[in-house]
Amino acid sequence: MIKENLDLYEVFIRARRGLDHKHVGSLHAEDPEQALEYARDIYTRRGEGVSIWVVRSRDITASQEDDSEAFYDPSNDKPYRLATYYELPDEVNNM
Amino acid sequence: MKDTERKQATLEYAQRLGDDAVVLGHRLSEWCSNAPFLEEDLALANTALDFIGRARMYYSYAAELADDGRDEDDFAYLRDQREYRNLLLLELPRGDFAYSMARQFLADVYNLLFLERLMQSSDERLAAIAAKAIKESRYHLRRSRDWMLRLGDGTEESHARLQRAIDDLWGFTHELFEIDALEQALVEQGVAVDTPALRDAWLEQVEQTLAEATLERPADDWAVKGGREGYHTEYLGHLLTEMQALHRAYPGCDW
Repeated sequence: MIKENLDLYEVFIRARRGLDHKHVGSLHAEDPEQALEYARDIYTRRGEGVSIWVVRSRDITASQEDDSEAFYDPSNDKPYRLATYYELPDEVNNM
Repeated sequence: MKDTERKQATLEYAQRLGDDAVVLGHRLSEWCSNAPFLEEDLALANTALDFIGRARMYYSYAAELADDGRDEDDFAYLRDQREYRNLLLLELPRGDFAYSMARQFLADVYNLLFLERLMQSSDERLAAIAAKAIKESRYHLRRSRDWMLRLGDGTEESHARLQRAIDDLWGFTHELFEIDALEQALVEQGVAVDTPALRDAWLEQVEQTLAEATLERPADDWAVKGGREGYHTEYLGHLLTEMQALHRAYPGCDW
């Protein structure tokens, strides 16, 4: 098998029931079933998880570095979006 | 069967099962850093460690039964090939990747059927070892069966290699379903697995996967046997030489 034919997969593991799946790394595999098995062998050998998700890396749509100005800068001058911007009356100060 | 006889026979039986596990584990470990790609390398090394762990459980039990100061290391590292009683299928060289996967598949189907029965053993220790090992074997079979389908129903090259591997290995599978006087006596005590009774179920599963993988089932026209009596292929000696070298050079070494 030629490695160039293999797809890259991102692996997400849920460490315990009730927690979110967390991204732990990536691996190469021929199809999703094989990716799941390799994820088990590579990322859960020391009892790290109770559930695994694998996703083809190319199926992930990611923001680009070039987008950062348009995406993130506008929020810098909008402090009113943060809860700490508001002064709360004493009665509700424990929010 | 007297208690002392039963103990001696169980010791011998545990040792055989330990030999099976350590030899296959070592063959799998030879793929470490040699597998087709990194992910498969790690997966194979994991499987190898499962078998070596299994060997430790069987040998530790054998050492307890022997009660003569020997430990698991003595069983693995200080016996020569004539004293090893593993099945020949498991000691054959790793060959190419298709060959290793074909052997693994044939062994995994067998192991699963075997361990299901061993879990019912009247010997509690053997039953407990089987209960632990069967979970690993279910995963091993999932993997090796997957590879049978991928390679068998893959490219012309992978199909040809896998078919050749199955053809070359087939004659070594008959030994899996042989039974000698020692095991027969233990079967009657409810300790050992009646392996001849496993053959039909094994064949059914193997034939089904071979068909799915577009492979031909080889004819039953040759058979090699002798592992349980200590008569081995020329390959076991080389395997043991490598596996035992460190322990023999530095007896009892630990790290």
